[in-house]
Amino acid sequence: MSLQVPMREKANGAGKDTKAVILVGGPSRGTRFRPLSLDVPKPLFDVAGHPIIWHCLTAIAKVPSIQEVVMIGYYDESVFRDFIKDASHEFPNLPIKYLREYEALGTAGGLYHFRDAILKGRPERIFVLNSDMAELFDNKDAEAVILGTRVSDDAATNFGCIVSDSHSRRVLHYVEKPEGHISNLINCGVYLFSVDAIFPSIKTAIKRRTDRPRLVSYPSSENLESSFMADDDDEKKEVLRLEQDILSDLADSKQFFVYETKDFWRQIKTAGSAVPANALYLQKAWQSGSQELAKPSPNLIAPVFIHPTATVDPTAKLGPNVSIGPRAVIGAGARVKDTIVLEDSHIKHDACVLYSIVGWNSTVGAWARVEGTPTPVTSHTTSIIKNGVKVQSITILGKETKVNDEVRVQNCVCLPFKELKRDVSNEVIM
Amino acid sequence: MKALILVGGFGTRLRPLTLTLPKPLVEFANKPMIMHQIEALASVGVKDVVLAVNYRPEIMENRLKEVAETCGINIHFSLESEPLGTAGPLKLAEDILGKDDEPFFVLNSDVTCEFPFQKLVDFHRAHGDEGTICVTKVEEPSKYGVIVHKPSHPSRIDRFVEKPVEFVGNRINAGIYILNTSVLSRIEKNRPTSIEQETFPAIVREGQLHSFDLEGFWMDVGQPKDFLTGTCLYLSSLAKKQPKLLVSPSESYVYGGNVMVDPSAKIGKNCRIGPNVVIGKDCVIGDGVRLQRCTLLPSSKVKDHAWVKSTIVGWNSTVGKWARLENVTVLGDDVTIGDEIYVNGGSVLPHKSIKANVDVPAIIM
Repeated sequence: MSLQVPMREKANGAGKDTKAVILVGGPSRGTRFRPLSLDVPKPLFDVAGHPIIWHCLTAIAKVPSIQEVVMIGYYDESVFRDFIKDASHEFPNLPIKYLREYEALGTAGGLYHFRDAILKGRPERIFVLNSDMAELFDNKDAEAVILGTRVSDDAATNFGCIVSDSHSRRVLHYVEKPEGHISNLINCGVYLFSVDAIFPSIKTAIKRRTDRPRLVSYPSSENLESSFMADDDDEKKEVLRLEQDILSDLADSKQFFVYETKDFWRQIKTAGSAVPANALYLQKAWQSGSQELAKPSPNLIAPVFIHPTATVDPTAKLGPNVSIGPRAVIGAGARVKDTIVLEDSHIKHDACVLYSIVGWNSTVGAWARVEGTPTPVTSHTTSIIKNGVKVQSITILGKETKVNDEVRVQNCVCLPFKELKRDVSNEVIM
Repeated sequence: MKALILVGGFGTRLRPLTLTLPKPLVEFANKPMIMHQIEALASVGVKDVVLAVNYRPEIMENRLKEVAETCGINIHFSLESEPLGTAGPLKLAEDILGKDDEPFFVLNSDVTCEFPFQKLVDFHRAHGDEGTICVTKVEEPSKYGVIVHKPSHPSRIDRFVEKPVEFVGNRINAGIYILNTSVLSRIEKNRPTSIEQETFPAIVREGQLHSFDLEGFWMDVGQPKDFLTGTCLYLSSLAKKQPKLLVSPSESYVYGGNVMVDPSAKIGKNCRIGPNVVIGKDCVIGDGVRLQRCTLLPSSKVKDHAWVKSTIVGWNSTVGKWARLENVTVLGDDVTIGDEIYVNGGSVLPHKSIKANVDVPAIIM
């Protein structure tokens, strides 16, 4: 999450020539984050002890040239009020502003709609990042830079694929979720644009849109599901998306570069992906010597985050990759591994919770076993095939789930306010 | 008096346990299976017990000789060189079974019940006919051979109906008989013969065979699922008749009763054990362990916070911390289940170490 933007001597103030724009989406988006997003807007969901969007701010705060952070989304203003208040104390040098879209305009559409607010203070460049990502990068003297990372060839088609010149790193070609193999270098959803390049590009795209109908490419059968599930498959005319509508055009310009990161990268799209993301953020914090994390001991395998208000019995064994939320209670002889335990939850004595998310105010009974199936960090998918059926690899208990004593829950997604009295596996529980 | 126990072959139905020990020596409620029968026979004055086997492992001979001494009986091994069915072994042991005119018992080695041999002898002598077979009542007689009595007679058998489609009765052959020595002359030498399908129908035709209703429980424990059910029935019976053989329900870890623990076993803190649990000699149970409906064979170990249900844990095996075993899981000798591992209906062969979940019933070679 480190970054150094080369200082360029410019007229505007103490080198603060960059703004960060975080695209936070809205309540009708992020449906793949259900059932967790039924209760908390995805950007505010706690991963490694902090809201997803906090991790973005932490990365942004390390960039000295940032003059302001602009969040764009279509959640109600009240949703982020408390978060912004807290964040302005934690990041005093980072003014944060939330701009609400009254209708979904698409990622590029939103950016363009608020161009006056973004250009206020005369920034030269803007970082644009999706809230489910938190990594920034060094820039070149370019009009546009995209953060890319390498994934396995079979995973690549689920993302935007970048073909780049191996020497100059210039982007030669960009395709969003291609049907076949194009490249294993994929778009991480973080961009640095010169304001002189991005807004004219969006304007051109809008003009083209009104001049002639959009060319729609139909997905192949292999990709049907991913396109069907995609968050941004809105076909409304006003919707203008950065990935589909702008980037391919930018690739035609000579000044579009890719910055390839070797650092960790994990998109938080589905609810289950919060578990590997939690693991990666915790490992990152652990390597950087964060004081927030719990001290290792025979019953604590680092990295583990325990909120100061949580109660953990000394005979319980936690970790690795565990986050315990505020006021949660972990009973005697309980075992928790690769799991997020959210606020006010209670894991009773001798229970075992592996590869799962325990929703707010939930109870896991004595000797109960709540279990997901680990997926390799590199796989970038949170579903697995079991007995020929695609199921969630991570078990997710929605808000106020009650798992009775000795009950086993494996590879299930449980919607809020359910009581599980019998063993269940490979199911979605409505 | 004399008795013959039909032990038979390799006990493949009870694998993986019988890969390590011959079936008669596998502990059922902390006692070799065959000991339950031998003790019951000895208590009614049986002096000679013939074990009809078609293999003869040394370990069985050595162990049973010790048993014989403690009970004061003679044990004879009768080895079939070729399979002789269920009646052939009787003829093969004619020298012993027919050495006097006293009737003799015949037992299938897989059955467990309360073995009411004294009542059986008394009943047999009272009717004075050639044979008596124990019967038990079952809920679904259509799966078995059902016994039909003569009209207006409470015990004389009229015929056998194999797997009846229509209800003709609910009494089935329990695999325990008492027969007069005259039966031996009905069996041909060296020809495989079925006692159920050939010898008994012949006796029935002469009106010489009676049935005796077994009181209490009865179970064929020849396979793991039934071994566990049979253990539940046996422990429930003990709770009524000999509660001192069980751990007192007032013991803090006992939950739901029917818990038998060898005095040499060690049990940790905050465990919840029961109902229907047998813990063998030198077993070690950690803290916060939950056991129900299971048998732990001698020298096995269940580590802290594990959860075990409907499982047979084999000799010298170890169940890891926070492991969960269920659904008729059977661990052979010296099996290790890793920490946090889940096993659903796994049959694990001896000396295996399990490091990944077994989600669906499987045999782990």
